[in-house]
Amino acid sequence: MNMPLLKVEDIHKRYGNEEVLRGVSFEVNRGETKVFIGPSGTGKSTLLRCVNQLTPPDKGQVFLEGTEVTHHKSDINRLRASIGFVFQDFNLFAHLTAMQNVSIGPTKVTRMHKEQAQARALAELERVGLGDKANAYPAQLSGGQQQRVSIARALAMDPKLILFDEPTSALDPELIGEVLEVMIELAREGMTMLCVTHEMGFARSVANEIIFMEHGVIVEQGPPQQMFTNPKHQRTGEFLRKISELYGETER
Amino acid sequence: MSFLFKWEWLPKMASGLVVTVEVTATCIAIGIVLGVLLALGRVYGRRPISLPCSLFIQFFRGTPLLVQLFIIYYGLPNWGIRLPAFVSGILALGLNTAAYQAEYFRGAIQSVKKGQMLAARSLGMSLTQSIRFVILPQALRLVIPAWSNELILMLKSSSIIYLVTIYDIMGVSQKIAARHFNYFDVYVVAALFYLALVLIVSLLLRLLEHRVQIPGLGVHADRR
Repeated sequence: MNMPLLKVEDIHKRYGNEEVLRGVSFEVNRGETKVFIGPSGTGKSTLLRCVNQLTPPDKGQVFLEGTEVTHHKSDINRLRASIGFVFQDFNLFAHLTAMQNVSIGPTKVTRMHKEQAQARALAELERVGLGDKANAYPAQLSGGQQQRVSIARALAMDPKLILFDEPTSALDPELIGEVLEVMIELAREGMTMLCVTHEMGFARSVANEIIFMEHGVIVEQGPPQQMFTNPKHQRTGEFLRKISELYGETER
Repeated sequence: MSFLFKWEWLPKMASGLVVTVEVTATCIAIGIVLGVLLALGRVYGRRPISLPCSLFIQFFRGTPLLVQLFIIYYGLPNWGIRLPAFVSGILALGLNTAAYQAEYFRGAIQSVKKGQMLAARSLGMSLTQSIRFVILPQALRLVIPAWSNELILMLKSSSIIYLVTIYDIMGVSQKIAARHFNYFDVYVVAALFYLALVLIVSLLLRLLEHRVQIPGLGVHADRR
C-alpha cells in the first residue's frame, strides 16, 4: 500500500470573524496534478499556504510522506525546502539575477557548492526556456519570463511537489501561454503539482483531478472529464461553465 | 576691514578636519551596526525585544544631542564612570545617530515587498537567512537617499564635541580665533571646511547609489 505523498486533514483557518477554511481534507499521490477552482475568497490560496505553513492553520494536519508538517516540532525550513511554491506575483528576489534567484536556494538552504548550484540553476533556466536570460534582473524580464524563472527557482530545490498559487493571474493574456506550457511539461514529466488556477485548458489536459471549493469547504472533486460533463452538484456545473466562458477553453 | 586669515593656521585646521572625519566615520559605523540591529528588533522582534529598541530610539531622538553629550561626559562621572572626552563624544554621537538611522532602516526594511520574505521562507530559508540574503540587501539600497542626509547631518553635528575639549575643525578654529581675536575669518574658513566635506560625501554617496542600483529598476523606482 502506497502512502500518499501529501495528506491534508481537516484544515481550519479563521481570519478575525471569517472562517476562510472550514475543514478541508484531501490527498495527493506522487506524480498527480490537482487543480483547485472556486470563487475568489473561498480559501484556495490560504489552503496552499497552509500546506507549507506560510500560513499556519488553526486546526488540522498536513503530512508530507508521513511526516507531520504541522507539528510544532517539525523542521519547517527543511520541509519547506522540499515543497516548491510559485506565487501569483512571482516574488523573484529583486536584487538578484535570474541565475542567482535560482541558485540561492541550493547554496543557502541545501548548502550546495556554488559552481554546482550555478550549473543546476542554468540547467533549470534552460528547462523553462530562459537559458539566455541567466544574467538578467527581474525588472528586465517580462511577467511571463519572471514566472518561468520562479518555476525554475522552485525546481532547483528538487521539490517533492510544487504549489502554484494562481500562477497566471497577474500576467497579460499573451504571456499566459508560455507559463502554462512549462507547467504542462512539468506535469507530463511526473512532477506532483497542486495548482490554484482557472485555466481550464490546463486542467483538462493534465489534471488528474479538479477540486471545486466554495465557502471554505470542498464541494466536489473528480477527474476533469467527469467534472465537466457530469458534475454531481449543480453549483459545480454552473461555476465550470462560467470560468470556461471567461478564460476560454482552448486545448493546449 | 580686510581678510586677516593667516595661511599658517591652515595645517592646524587641517588636523582638526582629520579629527572631524575620524569622529564622524566612527559614529556612522557605530550607527549603521546599531541602527540595523535596532531596526530589525523593532520590525521582527517580539515585544521583549522590540520595546527596548523603541524606547532607545525614542530617547535618543527625543532629547537634544548636546544634553546627551553632557550627560555622558559631565554626568556619568557622578556615577563613577569617567570616559575620555574622545570616547564620550563618539558615544553620544554614535548612539544618537544609531537612533535616527534605525528609523531610516526600519522604513526601508518595511518598504521591501512582503512577497520577498514569503518567497525566501518558502524556499526553506530561516528568518535570519531571509533577512540577511533577501531583505537587507534590498533595504540597504533603498535607504541610501534618506541615509545620506543623516551622514551629512552627522558631519555637521559632530562640531558640538568641541564643547568637551576635542580639537576637531570647530575646536581648532575656536582656539585660533580666540587667540588671534579673529572670529569672522577663522569661522568662515571652518564653514568652508565643512562645506567641502559635505560636498565630497554627497558626491561619494551619489556614486554609491548608482553603483548598487538594481539594473532595470531605479533605486527610487516605485515598487509595486
